[in-house]
Amino acid sequence: MQKALVNISKISFKYDGQESYALKDVSLQIFEGEWLAIVGHNGSGKSTLAKILNGLQFPESGTIDICGMDLSEETVWDIRKSIGMVFQNPDNQFVGTTVKDDVAFGLENNGVQRDDMVERVESSLRKVKMEPFLDQEPHHLSGGQKQRVAIAGVIALRPEIIVLDEATSMLDPRGREEVLETIRELKNDHSMTVISITHDLEEAAKADRIIVMNKGELYREGSPEEIFQMDEELIQLGLDVPFPIKISKALKDKGIPISKHYLTEEELVTQLWISHSSK
Amino acid sequence: MDISLQQVEYRYQIGTPFERLAITEVSIDIPSGTYLAIIGHTGSGKSTILQHLNALLKPTKGKVVIGNREITSGEKQKNLKEIRQKVGIVFQFPEHQLFEETVEKDICFGPMNFGVSETEARARARKAIKQVGLSEEILAKSPFDLSGGQMRRVAIAGVLAMEPDVIVLDEPTAGLDPRGRKEIMEMFYKLHKERNLSTVLVTHSMEDASLYADEIVIMHKGEVYKRGEPREIFQSPEGLLELGLDVPEVVRFQHKLEGTFNTKLDKTCITLEELTEAVSGLLRRGELV
Amino acid sequence: MMDKMIIGRYIPSNSVLHSMDPRSKLILIFLFVCIVFLANNAITYGVLVIYTLLMISLSKVPAKYLIGGLKPVIWLVLFTLFLHIFLTKEGTLLFEYGWIKIYEEGLRQGVFISLRFFLLILMTSLLTLTTTPIEITDGLETLLNPLKKFKFPVHELALMMSISLRFIPTLMQETEKIMKAQTARGVDFTSGPLKDRVKSIVPLLIPLFISSFKRAEELAIAMEARGYRGGEGRTKYRQLKWGMMDSGMLVFLGVVTIILTLLRT
Repeated sequence: MQKALVNISKISFKYDGQESYALKDVSLQIFEGEWLAIVGHNGSGKSTLAKILNGLQFPESGTIDICGMDLSEETVWDIRKSIGMVFQNPDNQFVGTTVKDDVAFGLENNGVQRDDMVERVESSLRKVKMEPFLDQEPHHLSGGQKQRVAIAGVIALRPEIIVLDEATSMLDPRGREEVLETIRELKNDHSMTVISITHDLEEAAKADRIIVMNKGELYREGSPEEIFQMDEELIQLGLDVPFPIKISKALKDKGIPISKHYLTEEELVTQLWISHSSK
Repeated sequence: MDISLQQVEYRYQIGTPFERLAITEVSIDIPSGTYLAIIGHTGSGKSTILQHLNALLKPTKGKVVIGNREITSGEKQKNLKEIRQKVGIVFQFPEHQLFEETVEKDICFGPMNFGVSETEARARARKAIKQVGLSEEILAKSPFDLSGGQMRRVAIAGVLAMEPDVIVLDEPTAGLDPRGRKEIMEMFYKLHKERNLSTVLVTHSMEDASLYADEIVIMHKGEVYKRGEPREIFQSPEGLLELGLDVPEVVRFQHKLEGTFNTKLDKTCITLEELTEAVSGLLRRGELV
Repeated sequence: MMDKMIIGRYIPSNSVLHSMDPRSKLILIFLFVCIVFLANNAITYGVLVIYTLLMISLSKVPAKYLIGGLKPVIWLVLFTLFLHIFLTKEGTLLFEYGWIKIYEEGLRQGVFISLRFFLLILMTSLLTLTTTPIEITDGLETLLNPLKKFKFPVHELALMMSISLRFIPTLMQETEKIMKAQTARGVDFTSGPLKDRVKSIVPLLIPLFISSFKRAEELAIAMEARGYRGGEGRTKYRQLKWGMMDSGMLVFLGVVTIILTLLRT
């Protein structure tokens, strides 16, 4: 079994002045080097969960252990160094007046020495392929570029975990692809642990593991294949099913022999071709 | 009401060092009752076109005909309100325009600007709130106490209550979850069908465009790259893919399948049903080269 | 909208003035404002004019930008000029036509005061034309640093300034977007009676306020998540470099000051 970086045990949370719980008795583990997608409709509690991971909110009950530290007022600043967040709105997390200043912001907060800082700003911008934009001002960048700068700002602090809180939901398809590609590279080349909170099922399909949230509760957990078996159930939860699954199922209903739910179109087409030509 | 863009060119900040050509040689006809989708990357000129549809922008060359009005670069236009009442625009993230104390007042704001009486406006508000799938009770609430999805619907109701002849939608589902997205798109489609409401949808989503629109215009670098019915547009997806544009999932799958099987299906499929029908037909017949 | 803005307009270049430390530029401006008042005769004003022209040539800023910068104050300057010319009744009478009497002293003072105005405006515009707003902020922060001892929130003030600078273009875009959305809902921002136009500000301002508050809140959360907890223990990425040129320019201004004191009457 892999090492668990995050251990969340039975946490509950309620916003001030609200009657229902945003999170109810949620327990989960996040393992080193995995890409975990947390999905759910708007208001399912998935973003609250993200905020709690980063100590931006504290649960009413339950415990959270991140990288061996018990999350509390005392440890929160250390925990923020090991768990970085990218938020939804590209504009409202860009603090610096230029790209490089923005990447440096987190380093400045943590008192990193300047020589080290210059090196880290450059190397993290290189990792997200934004180094040609070093001196650009934010209003000249596209949404996808701003989000990549936000990612650079996070990885400059060398965290173990990066949390994407609906980081692609305000982007156009091109921007979304850019950001996902960046994340994929970070995960593969730098073995970053990724938690992506999303309602985009195509994005979730690329993860190693999916957690489905519903009404503040952990509804289901499993590999993408397992989760997408849920089918109609997902649609009832306000979500969707990725296209390859939809078509696999539709073909199966038509009596075409298909052994399983395929996650990519290529796999399905190849399978169709093999079963067809071997007839 | 018909709208037509004729050889329209638009330059931002004309005559300054920051001058930038946004669209050129754009000719699009939108006859009354059409559902037209305009597709393209960010920066392809989609939003510039959108703003010409109700004279928020005046062409720097060419002309825009909106009903019986003609908008050209030269003359100063009077009484553009009349156009704006007839062409309602739902901008991207329309919830950002809400400002009144109650939902009802906010929905009444548009109609009353166009001279509708208060009683009539309130009647329209009640109708519009139902059209967007919310209950009448919400009318008395403050728009800022609502959830994001509800705010979006209220803002849309504010445009519907203007009772426009043409409705223009700029990414109306951006940021919504899959269910919200589907509900909003179905709602506009229903309005279009029931009332023969001309609809212009500006979007990134090829899925929505192919499912709902009668006609699609594809913009690329400020020019009309292609226009036609969905089936025509997606008949040869190669060109679109080369431009880095998406094609609908159904079309993409058909394209991949045809590549692997080295054959052509009978027609370009648009819906999932058509596709499964065609694929199972192909597999049964087993007629392969 | 942006292209009409004069305040804080910066022209990128690699001139001597551009490459100087913002701190030295701020000090120079401060000193210049003081020594302008030393001049009181034609020779000393001449010295100041020469100094200003020298700075302009060192800045490589095209003359038309500077002249553009003078335009908004031209009426103010003309007003003071005429005030002095007509109201001062000292020295020899130079010109008389009906009740209009122009005295030598009036003309002299009028010209000098106008000249002083122009020199001050030229020099301050040179500062903003050659220094980015963020550099000015950095410069002010370091210069005001000693005030921290008296609990003056220097770091917070500088951060506020830099965040405002960062968000000005964003808010401009937002304003334009909301204006368009409300125009589409029948608001007329550009014509109609004044009363209506004032009223039309409400549907613009309220959404702007709300979105700014939302932005501020989200920004605060993002800053906290990125480990921001006040100025203590923070290091700085942006660095100011004091060079030979900076010291040189200060010494040069010192020399000019000495000349002025010697030549004034």
